[in-house]
Amino acid sequence: MTTVRIDAHRLHYTPLNQKIRAAIADGATEIIIDNVLGQRFIGDGVRGDDVTITVNGVPGGDLGMFMSGPTIIVHGNADHAPGNTMDKGKIIIHGSAGDAVAHSMRGGRVYVRDNIGYRGGIHMKQYMEKRPILVVGGAARAFLGEYMAGGLLIVLGLNGVTPISERGVGSGIHGGEILVRGPVDEQHLGVGAKQTPATEEQKAMIKPIIEDFAKQFNLDPAPLLVSDYTRISPASARPFANKYTWE
Amino acid sequence: MPGNVRTPCALAVGVCQKDYYALHVFFDNIRENKTAIDILLEKWGTIVHDEQIKTYEQPNIRKVHTPWRYFFRPDRSLMPKSTTPDEDIVTHLVMKVNAEKNGALIFSSGKNLWVFKAAGWPEDVANFYRIEDYKGYLWLAHNRYPTNTSGWWGGAHPFNLLNWSVVHNGEITSYGTNRRYIESFGYKCTMYTDTEVVAYLVDLLVRKHGLSEKLAVRALAPPFWEEIDRMPPKEQELNRAIRLTYGPALMNGPFAICVANENALVGFTDRIKLRPLVSGESGDRLYISSEEAAIRTIDPDVENITMPKAGEPVIGRVYS
Repeated sequence: MTTVRIDAHRLHYTPLNQKIRAAIADGATEIIIDNVLGQRFIGDGVRGDDVTITVNGVPGGDLGMFMSGPTIIVHGNADHAPGNTMDKGKIIIHGSAGDAVAHSMRGGRVYVRDNIGYRGGIHMKQYMEKRPILVVGGAARAFLGEYMAGGLLIVLGLNGVTPISERGVGSGIHGGEILVRGPVDEQHLGVGAKQTPATEEQKAMIKPIIEDFAKQFNLDPAPLLVSDYTRISPASARPFANKYTWE
Repeated sequence: MPGNVRTPCALAVGVCQKDYYALHVFFDNIRENKTAIDILLEKWGTIVHDEQIKTYEQPNIRKVHTPWRYFFRPDRSLMPKSTTPDEDIVTHLVMKVNAEKNGALIFSSGKNLWVFKAAGWPEDVANFYRIEDYKGYLWLAHNRYPTNTSGWWGGAHPFNLLNWSVVHNGEITSYGTNRRYIESFGYKCTMYTDTEVVAYLVDLLVRKHGLSEKLAVRALAPPFWEEIDRMPPKEQELNRAIRLTYGPALMNGPFAICVANENALVGFTDRIKLRPLVSGESGDRLYISSEEAAIRTIDPDVENITMPKAGEPVIGRVYS
């Protein structure tokens, strides 16, 4: 394994990304970036299933956008839209993240240890074997899964936080599913979303995902696996049909 | 860009400058435009002192205006019917000068508050005024690309009226409604951009109508009706009253706003959170920004980084 270390102190994102790309082109499989502070677009569009990028600090928005393959591990909070339109790979955030996490994501996984902001998983999608997954350890703010077209969102409410306490969950959802540990107040559901208790089959489906999430953050998965979950899914495939067309 | 600095009490012509309104004016041409302003100010009060604001040539800034500073004392006897004659005279002067567009624009009109701005890269604007030479206890700074109208010095943030200054990320799509409303109270929108309306709305709601900062934000970014329906009866009554009274002040569209006066800094977003806002604390300091990284750049030891709820203000108060 070849390791490359980059000092990002006061480095603009363009030369930073050039260094990352050059390191990958040279065969590096482990890239460690220190002193990251606000640089946007880190790791955007990079490829390589065996590449791990460690970000020490607080990266700016659109971390790992269009990324296809690598793993990004963040030791700090992330800003808006990590995993934006990401294709493949993994983003693991040891902290919280801002608004629009996993925005339009099309494949791979994003794990956030703590909380996320508004519109997590907005317009996530899926196609054939591509099924993006966002797992949030703490809580998600309003409009979670807005216009969701595919993929899977899981919100765990660890450490006693209420996973969902704001409005508009699944507004306009027409594909994919949201699993929330514990009950969800009906008033928090958005237009086009419905909720049902998760079945044993559905819980079995998320079991390996939760085990992997727990492993990344050194958590005990057992209490998460025995909990009850609520499944939020589309009430119909065309939630706004009446808004735009008359049939 | 930027900056809004509150100076400590310093001496200008032998008196504490905190006692006078500091009017910062952009003149297109000193010889052509300044005499008219001098005459106007002397008509409404006393020019205690005036001076060119120090600037330092920067390769990337074309000095299209000459920034000038007046220390001004309004003559209260000229507004006998007003309960706040000083503020009303200064507001009148700001609105009159800026609407007439005779080569002069008043962009800062507070006491113990100075706005500095220009069109250029933030670091160039800061260097243009040598912002590091000023001391203050409350700062607002801003960096924007104008998206809907042309970029010009007057259109740079902060927007100020009296002691309220505003910086804003986003756009206020209800600008037309808000402008019609605020102009019915005598304010005039003259800056070709939406943010100035926020400064005037805050002046109207807080200074003239006596609302707390918290209730003013409630009027500008109120809860949805269905949220009000679920509130306890007394709260319902209050929130309904605010929405019904201040319907035309409600701001729609994506925004994150910081507004400050000499006593407080208030940050809030639109009610469906279409723009980012984070706050952080370090000892008795409060920071509000679009991004955590910006706060950490200034203060690496910042704690309690939080994301305020949509429409709910973060308020920091100055105490001594």
